[in-house]
Amino acid sequence: MEVCNCIEPQWPADELLMKYQYISDFFIAIAYFSIPLELIYFVKKSAVFPYRWVLVQFGAFIVLCGATHLINLWTFTTHSRTVALVMTTAKVLTAVVSCATALMLVHIIPDLLSVKTRELFLKNKAAELDREMGLIRTQEETGRHVRMLTHEIRSTLDRHTILKTTLVELGRTLALEECALWMPTRTGLELQLSYTLRHQHPVEYTVPIQLPVINQVFGTSRAVKISPNSPVARLRPVSGKYMLGEVVAVRVPLLHLSNFQINDWPELSTKRYALMVLMLPSDSARQWHVHELELVEVVADQVAVALSHAAILEESMRARDLLMEQNVALDLARREAETAIRARNDFLAVMNHEMRTPMHAIIALSSLLQETELTPEQRLMVETILKSSNLLATLMNDVLDLSRLEDGSLQLELGTFNLHTLFREVLNLIKPIAVVKKLPITLNLAPDLPEFVVGDEKRLMQIILNIVGNAVKFSKQGSISVAALVTKSDTRAADFFVVPTGSHFYLRVKVKDSGAGINPQDIPKLFTKFAQTQSLATRSSGGSGLGLAISKRFVNLMEGNIWIESDGLGKGCTAIFDVKLGISERSNESKQSGIPKVPAIPRHSSFTGLKVLVMDENGVSRMVTKGLLVHLGCEVTTVSSNEECLRVVSHEHKVVFMDVCMPGVENYQIALRIHEKFTKQRHQRPLLVALSGNTDKSTKEKCMSFGLDGVLLKPVSLDHMRDVLSDLLERRVLYEGM
Amino acid sequence: MDALIAQLQRQFRDYTISLYQQGFLDDQFTELKKLQDDGSPDFVAEVLTLFFEDCVKLISNMARALDKTTGTVDFSQVGASVHQLKGSSSSVGAKRVKALCVSFKEYCEAKNYEGCVRCLQQVDIEYKALKTKLQDMFNLEKQIIQAGGRVPQVDIN
Repeated sequence: MEVCNCIEPQWPADELLMKYQYISDFFIAIAYFSIPLELIYFVKKSAVFPYRWVLVQFGAFIVLCGATHLINLWTFTTHSRTVALVMTTAKVLTAVVSCATALMLVHIIPDLLSVKTRELFLKNKAAELDREMGLIRTQEETGRHVRMLTHEIRSTLDRHTILKTTLVELGRTLALEECALWMPTRTGLELQLSYTLRHQHPVEYTVPIQLPVINQVFGTSRAVKISPNSPVARLRPVSGKYMLGEVVAVRVPLLHLSNFQINDWPELSTKRYALMVLMLPSDSARQWHVHELELVEVVADQVAVALSHAAILEESMRARDLLMEQNVALDLARREAETAIRARNDFLAVMNHEMRTPMHAIIALSSLLQETELTPEQRLMVETILKSSNLLATLMNDVLDLSRLEDGSLQLELGTFNLHTLFREVLNLIKPIAVVKKLPITLNLAPDLPEFVVGDEKRLMQIILNIVGNAVKFSKQGSISVAALVTKSDTRAADFFVVPTGSHFYLRVKVKDSGAGINPQDIPKLFTKFAQTQSLATRSSGGSGLGLAISKRFVNLMEGNIWIESDGLGKGCTAIFDVKLGISERSNESKQSGIPKVPAIPRHSSFTGLKVLVMDENGVSRMVTKGLLVHLGCEVTTVSSNEECLRVVSHEHKVVFMDVCMPGVENYQIALRIHEKFTKQRHQRPLLVALSGNTDKSTKEKCMSFGLDGVLLKPVSLDHMRDVLSDLLERRVLYEGM
Repeated sequence: MDALIAQLQRQFRDYTISLYQQGFLDDQFTELKKLQDDGSPDFVAEVLTLFFEDCVKLISNMARALDKTTGTVDFSQVGASVHQLKGSSSSVGAKRVKALCVSFKEYCEAKNYEGCVRCLQQVDIEYKALKTKLQDMFNLEKQIIQAGGRVPQVDIN
């Protein structure tokens, strides 16, 4: 070995090649030194680079490599041993570091690669999410559209508006070219184009319902894509558009009211559907998306519900209109009925009035006749006439009463009367007719029958008279027997239990005749108004058929019962009735014979304290009238002139009797002035009765015209005055003859 | 005593019936009697007294009116008085007097002087006669009461 520490290069020095090597090494060194610097700079800038340690290693490696190359520059020429040493050291270090780095990289590079793959994966994911977001947003939009659509559809209950709105909104939401609705016709065999969105359609454009495409659509509740060439979709004029847009059809169930059961969703077995056809714009290459189809289905359901609601509403509106109509009709009927009732009442009242006037003439004249000189037979006849006419007057009242009876507003007029006398009177009335027909009548009063009873005398007499009269009327020969008894508890009618209470008893009257008899089948009809059995024998007897009906009503009012028994035609019949009567306490007193005491107290205490004013110029007749009224219990004030009368009369006086005998009208004037006086006051004016020497028609008319409530013939008997006062106070009017 | 009472009562009854039968009284008188009770025991007497006073007054009015010496005869006044008398007599049941008044009125309306004068005389006679009769009847009643009996109610019919 040479002692010179110089190291000789291996090869001979070639000047040019060496020069190039020299330069390259230099540049490599520079690059190797600048790379770590760049790295450091950029790493420092970015924050996320995870492998700093690797960088450091790499940096060291590069630096050493650079150092190596740098030192290499000196080895091109002869160099000292130190340089060689440094070079060697550098190379060794470089070797170490580079090996370390190489080893390190083995670990690192997969990581780096995986980072890359993850990055790629994430990017894909992000793209996918973006897509999904887009989708969701679209769906959201669609949902909003549906809600809005539903709202629009359901906001109206008008069928037409519902359907039109549906089409409009659908068209808008889905940007359709055309939207059409086909409704089934009344026959159900065809579908008729009812609504379209844009194109005007010809009227009555129908397609038969049995097309396969339609069946296909009706068979499922989903929206079905159909061919644009099918009849239901061929609405637009073919105008050279090649690419017809896709068409979708969906069924719309038409629900009826009856489909809605309580816990049941309506069955779609109605099988009535409408068809909704939706067409996308042509030439747009748009496709039906799933969410759009779903939207269409939802809308179709909503439309079905809305339509059914509209149907329900229509139904209830119709029902309400019907009810209103019926209401109006009922109201009218009620008013007509009321008018009819009023007319009938008016008619009855007028007829009564018309009938009463001649009636009263008869009564008046008979009364007057009674006053004249008559033989006993004549007197009896006149009395009978009078009694009959009174009865007739009562009957006329009762015809009016019958209508009141039916309203239930009639009341019995109770009073004490002699039962025995009543029967005898009835018989006296009937006797003339019976004698003419040669029918002997017998009266049989039970020994325990009370004499004085409390009840409605007039009406009881009417009942007995009616029954006995019928017996006489319908008998051609034989005899009539009338029996009156107090009935015990066993009666014929099973549903009527008679319980005689302490102060009441039940009177039973049996009238048996031997006349034509009655068919048992006809018995129920007897008591109906105006119905008459049509046997030839009875046809000639006349009568209005009201008698038994009225009698029955009176008997019922008297808490009794009436029925007829007959053994058949030609075997006569028995009419029986029970009525409830009160027993009068007077029956004990009146049994005493001898001189009846003139009662110290007036018998009708209803007149006690009745304030009456008597106006009469004639002192004597004034005194007599006063005595009469005082005897009846009234409180009487007397005046002798018109002026005094006007001064004295007050609302406390219930009746004013004024003598109008003086010729002239001055006396009547007082009536008018009294009227005047009391119209100004709020009190009720007293009843005004004229006492006159005559009660002919002109006098009565005069009295009526001057506002008098009645006229009495002077002189007035005690009984008559009593009756008059009762009548007056009850009816507030009195126009009788006497 | 009872025999006396019975006899008086019988007398009273017969007398009353005769009055009715002779036409002095009519039903109104019966009515009048009905009004007499414990509250007004002398009702009939009072009324009749008033009636007779009225008669006197009216008759003198009529006489004065029919007096030719004072001038022309005022038939209307006479008629008014007759009317009054008719009313009074019908109120008490003086049958004959009333009947006379009716014809009296006709004469007045016919302005028949002689007729009126004649009627006036008759009325005068009649009422005096009635007064006497009724007086007798009342006396009988008094006798019955004094004898301790009760005045019977006479039923005309």
